[in-house]
Amino acid sequence: MIPRTRGMRPDLAAIASLIAPGARVLDVGCGEGDLLEHLVIEKQVDGRGIELSQQNVNACVGRGLSVVQGDADTDLADYPSSVFDVVILSQTIQATRSPRSVLQHLLRIGGKTIVSFPNFGHWRIRFALLLEGRMPRTAALGYHWYETPNIHLCTITDFAQLVHENGARIESAFALSQKGRTRRMATDAWGPNLFAQGAIFVLTKS
Amino acid sequence: MAEIANPIFLKPLAAPGADMGQAITFGEKQPLSLDSGRTLAPFTVAFMTYGELNRAKSNAVMVCHALTGDQFAASRHPVTGKRGWWDMMIGSGKPIDTDRFFVICPNVIGGCMGTTGPADNDPATGRPFGLSFPLITIRDMVRAQAMLLDALGIERVLCVLGGSMGGMQVLQWAASFPDRLVSAVPIAAAARHSAQNIAFHEVGRQAILADPEWRNGEYALHGTNPSKGLAVARMAAHITYLSEAALQRKFGRALQNRNTFSFAFEPDFQIESYLHHQGISFVDRFDANSYLYITRAMDYFDLAADYGSLAKAFRGSGTRFCIVSFTSDWLFPTAENKRIAHALNAAAANVSFVEIETDRGHDSFLLDEPELFATIRAFLGSVATRAGIA
Repeated sequence: MIPRTRGMRPDLAAIASLIAPGARVLDVGCGEGDLLEHLVIEKQVDGRGIELSQQNVNACVGRGLSVVQGDADTDLADYPSSVFDVVILSQTIQATRSPRSVLQHLLRIGGKTIVSFPNFGHWRIRFALLLEGRMPRTAALGYHWYETPNIHLCTITDFAQLVHENGARIESAFALSQKGRTRRMATDAWGPNLFAQGAIFVLTKS
Repeated sequence: MAEIANPIFLKPLAAPGADMGQAITFGEKQPLSLDSGRTLAPFTVAFMTYGELNRAKSNAVMVCHALTGDQFAASRHPVTGKRGWWDMMIGSGKPIDTDRFFVICPNVIGGCMGTTGPADNDPATGRPFGLSFPLITIRDMVRAQAMLLDALGIERVLCVLGGSMGGMQVLQWAASFPDRLVSAVPIAAAARHSAQNIAFHEVGRQAILADPEWRNGEYALHGTNPSKGLAVARMAAHITYLSEAALQRKFGRALQNRNTFSFAFEPDFQIESYLHHQGISFVDRFDANSYLYITRAMDYFDLAADYGSLAKAFRGSGTRFCIVSFTSDWLFPTAENKRIAHALNAAAANVSFVEIETDRGHDSFLLDEPELFATIRAFLGSVATRAGIA
């Protein structure tokens, strides 16, 4: 498994390690299918994807993956409840129009929901705004304010709050460092919210 | 028991040395039950095959043809001598690789290339069926194809593929016989014929019916042929297969073999001359009554109405789907294909959906579209590998 995940985005490699072999998996915003292909080949999952960019969808199908063009904001409503063991939303929730409704659909569709996102509470971001008075641009969030697709950024604390408000349970959570290292974290501690570049949450319906 | 024979009906038309394929005739004891409530017996299904069926009979791929297509998908047409309509898709090393798959392409029921249709003799009267031929549906076509598979001893096919009306058959296959296909590829298809689709078909049918040579469908008995009406039907339909952009790019307002207008009703413009050619070359290979019957079958197609909803049509399906649409197809637009993808998602089916960018309209599925080839190659390859086909 290690050679395969080399070169894969660190958050995706971390997510992959959380998924049981043979699971039914829906990857929402699957991009060019790196994670999905890895899961299908290495973990024999029954994997499906939704991806906004048609070009990426065609690339996925060209790799033999089952992917449809679709929008997390509108198209998750089509899926029946509890048909997937795991639903993944990696680095996408901050770009949706309605993160709360997307999260509710994910929880409805999947037994387990894995969400990863960039942490807007990271100290560099706080400092950029505090000291420079500019909208922060970091390695993880490299866009100018006027062209960013990331319209609903949040901190780890914010997301944990949204999870609780929607009656879901945080099964586990992981902090992602800038170097791509992951470590388990407590979502109510101040440390990860200040020092984690990104976060991975594993959620279940409570 | 069905008998397998070389069809003799095509011989008078056939180019010398043309491969006529095979045909199976189902006798009185194996009638085809039709949606209209009528039955058809005896009846014949003509088909072509490419590649070899493996010992486990697990590598069969069914290709369904469109309205004016036929079984000669990857071989020279016995009437026109032209290469097969999916010659670029089917063959050794091609996306539907005949080194790996056994490809079956049957002529649809109601057709005029060997499968029983209105041009054939009614055994009860010894005269051509004409309008006494029963109305048929897409589901009837699929039922006949399933009987063909039974006769060939093939329980399950690896994939059913088809474009346009062929794609309708693919969807019907998935709804009617979910256990008999591993995967399905409807291309530039729709789960229903829209009002606009029906309208265009009606124009074509009225052109045929208005031709005095049509003789109430009994033109064969009178030794006539409503070729003018059929040509007009084809011309009108052909416009719908192309996009405005492609017509403009290919023809624009260019004149045909002249520098000035004729100030008469000659075909001044290249587009006129092109359409005339399309119309005239069509009547040599297609039967006018077949055109009436098959367009009607497409008009009647509405899977959602048959099953209560489109999602119900595919509920519990273990079939793997790959839906393909083209951006400039306004006859079976992406929106219609997306409806199918949404319904399949709602049925928790395994579905891929690819929209290919091209300005060549509905007919793109018959053209050299590298992204279509890449999609089919990858999808079929992945399905076959998972099914353990070498």
